[in-house]
Amino acid sequence: MSDAVADFLMPSLGADMESAKVVEWLVKPGSRVKPGDVVAVVETHKGAIDVEIFLDGVIEDLAPLNQQLPVGALLAHVRGTGGGGTQAPAKAAAAPVQPAPVPSPPPPTAPLSGARGRVSPAARRRAEEAGIAADSLHGTGPDGAVTLADVELALSAGPKPAPAEPARAGRSGFDPAQMRQAIAAAMGRSKREIPHYYLGTTVDFHAAQTWLDGYNASRPPPERLLPAVLLLKATARALVQVPQLNGFHGKDGFSPGPGIHIGWAISLRGGGLVAPALHDVDRQELPALMTSLRDLVQRARTGGLRSSELTDPTITVTSLGERGADSVLGVIYPPQVAIVGFGRIVERPWVVAGNVAPRPLVTLSLAADHRASDGHLGGRLLAAIDEALQDPANL
Amino acid sequence: MNDTEIRALLADVLAGIAPEADLATVGDDEDLRAALDLDSMDFMNLVIGLHQRTGIDIPEADVPKLFTLRGLTGYLAR
Repeated sequence: MSDAVADFLMPSLGADMESAKVVEWLVKPGSRVKPGDVVAVVETHKGAIDVEIFLDGVIEDLAPLNQQLPVGALLAHVRGTGGGGTQAPAKAAAAPVQPAPVPSPPPPTAPLSGARGRVSPAARRRAEEAGIAADSLHGTGPDGAVTLADVELALSAGPKPAPAEPARAGRSGFDPAQMRQAIAAAMGRSKREIPHYYLGTTVDFHAAQTWLDGYNASRPPPERLLPAVLLLKATARALVQVPQLNGFHGKDGFSPGPGIHIGWAISLRGGGLVAPALHDVDRQELPALMTSLRDLVQRARTGGLRSSELTDPTITVTSLGERGADSVLGVIYPPQVAIVGFGRIVERPWVVAGNVAPRPLVTLSLAADHRASDGHLGGRLLAAIDEALQDPANL
Repeated sequence: MNDTEIRALLADVLAGIAPEADLATVGDDEDLRAALDLDSMDFMNLVIGLHQRTGIDIPEADVPKLFTLRGLTGYLAR
């Protein structure tokens, strides 16, 4: 048995992270760890992130909790049990990572108790933040329900209502102000350093929508698909044909991604944005992709993203959804070299076989790094996405 | 289910999707998606939650009937 000791360091969870604090260790000193294990929860501007380890051995010398630590700071030592190869965890993040099995969703973070019902969730949340018991307030909502306005009124009214019992220790969310700063830093760097070029094309979504409607019509709600999974899968298929846009720009120029790991841009309630990876999208069947997508969005919003999901994206896709704008020109997330955008799906006049017909259309866009590719290649990617969407049954 | 029970159920399901959403601020005929800033994934999760809690199938073609509080309570009360 080798006694080689490796350092487990604070990982860089994206270009916009400088520091974080460990808020929970999920292992004890002396625990056996193996690559892929989630060993700690760190608090970042993106909320609570589950940090995976890519070392094999016995973990010890755990860093103290709740101290702000820079990227690269020592979090623990791992005493190797195998060949003694010591591997820097910072590098491990870039290594190909097998898609983890879909985890069960985290328990709901909403406080649940038998007493709820006459307090609106927003009011309860605000009351918890303020440390007062919402149930003790006078309610002015339907059936005397305590609303957010009632809580605000109570908070502004001076004498403090009865203190609440201590809230259940849970993962706190992200800090919107901190996240705004981090986004500003990453996007500022992107706009300074990356010579973006932009392309756009309009895609007829009729075939995809028709297929989707037929698919969903006979299925219960949990098995239905959203247009987003078709957009994702079509993008992944196109990237198989145009791999030059899937990967990273570094000191030595472009390096292709180890798989098609699409960062899906998720807007967070309360402001902010995170784009964690869906792994190997080209190889996932649509229902599995839908499950992964729902799980990812849920965890992005409640805490519980894994470190690999933040470090692995090889390209980003942003979709504005059904209430967004018609088109988007994205900002590349370094060190990626491209971002694909989908606007809202809208019904518009379209020429079909010489006649004008109403059709659902989506504006597809690409922002890409001119250091890594030219518009000709970008145009091929968009054409390949369009083509894939015209044959949805084969996605 | 009566109107009060449906609203309580909706509030409960919403709490897991949009914790800050306050139904008390939404008018009966307002579009819930706009009023509570729900995207298509959020609304799908809402439909799944209502389906699982009530056992009602809610076929895809009926989903637009749930876009307002009045429509939703009417649909689930049947």
